Amino acid sequence: MSRAALLVLADGRFPAGGHAHSGGAEAAVKAGRITSAASLEDFCRGRLHTAGLVASALAAAAALGVEPRELDAAADARTPSPALRTAARRLGRQLLRAARVTWPSAELDVLAREFPKGAHQPVVLGLAARAAGLAPEDAAHCAAYESVSGPATATVRLLSLDPFDATAVLARLAPELDRVADSAVEAARRVADEGADALPAASAPLLEVMAEAHAAWPVRLFAS
Amino acid sequence: MHLDHPHPGPAALSADAHRPDGTRRALRIGLGGPVGSGKTATVAALCRALRDQLSLAVVTNDIYTREDAEFLLREAVLPPERISAVETGACPHTAIRDDISANLEAVEDLEDAVGPLDLILVESGGDNLTATFSKGLVDAQIFVIDVAGGDDIPRKGGPGVTTADLLVVNKTDLAPYVGSDLARMAADAKAQRAELPVVFQTLRGGTGVTEVAAWVRGRLRAWTA
Repeated sequence: MSRAALLVLADGRFPAGGHAHSGGAEAAVKAGRITSAASLEDFCRGRLHTAGLVASALAAAAALGVEPRELDAAADARTPSPALRTAARRLGRQLLRAARVTWPSAELDVLAREFPKGAHQPVVLGLAARAAGLAPEDAAHCAAYESVSGPATATVRLLSLDPFDATAVLARLAPELDRVADSAVEAARRVADEGADALPAASAPLLEVMAEAHAAWPVRLFAS
Repeated sequence: MHLDHPHPGPAALSADAHRPDGTRRALRIGLGGPVGSGKTATVAALCRALRDQLSLAVVTNDIYTREDAEFLLREAVLPPERISAVETGACPHTAIRDDISANLEAVEDLEDAVGPLDLILVESGGDNLTATFSKGLVDAQIFVIDVAGGDDIPRKGGPGVTTADLLVVNKTDLAPYVGSDLARMAADAKAQRAELPVVFQTLRGGTGVTEVAAWVRGRLRAWTA
């Protein structure tokens, strides 16, 4: 296992399309729910323990070698909003393209053949981590971190929030993020015996509802 | 300039010159430049000039709306299924240079849906003088500036002005009204670009987009040779 490979995969500049997505932050800013670093922290904490936990467990399970089709169906079942399912598949396809060049692997080629229009992003992330020689714990941390780093950087652009304050939010969430990743890995390890039902199904209804509304806006900065 | 870096496996990746079925993909030309310099108008004029001889499609990169795509649709320069809009998350240069994944999906989806295509024009959202396209996304790039943006832009240089395969100085008809010195712009551009070509253009009358269209045809001949 290479610690440096984890830095490459987790780098916010890894060219996999994330920069065009706000993780629901744009809709929350417009609705007046994110107005400051404090409310950004509340938003991110909510996302980390719901969508973040689910993504983290899916990524860990994929990194453990669970069948991607089964995980993709599990991700569908845990994502009520069609707009979010579309966004997750689009991001999965973009990540797969980047990962196949970065860490060429037969498993990633198979995934591209089976999902020409993209699998859910956390599933691809887990397989990319596997191709990079990383552990399920690494994949889980990457997915959990992305669930909060995306909204934080988007809010810097949307509110002209002080970037130091936004980064401090991420740092304050780090201990919780470790715990979310640990519990995600623990659930992922149970999939072998119990099936995909062992994966968490935490849901953030407002994120799902707002994503549907956001997808219909005629003018927006972010794709989701 | 052929970018042959074939990758194994099912889907094409970035600069591969061939599609998964082994056929040569469309030539991809990027159009970048500052806000309001006439990129979309140039794309529209190119579509009108080339659409009868070539199978064409356009990808637009709007910053926060679909306005460029909708302008092209309204002008009916191409059928709607040949125009695709990419959302860029407030950073148009990121989507054409640092993280080209969404644009690559768009060009591949166009080839799948309406191909085979000869040419795909990828229009950047209006940006600054440093915005250039990745070689993983386009085979050649056109940088569009205009005389009303200040006749010192060629002198200031920057990656777009200096390195683009073609520099277009647009709206020459406005030069007398905004006090821009075309001879000075031409001399400065020559100093910055050495042998790289520069076209002075007005889309209101005169020869219009003819010279740029001829340059595009030349690139296409080299691509398919």
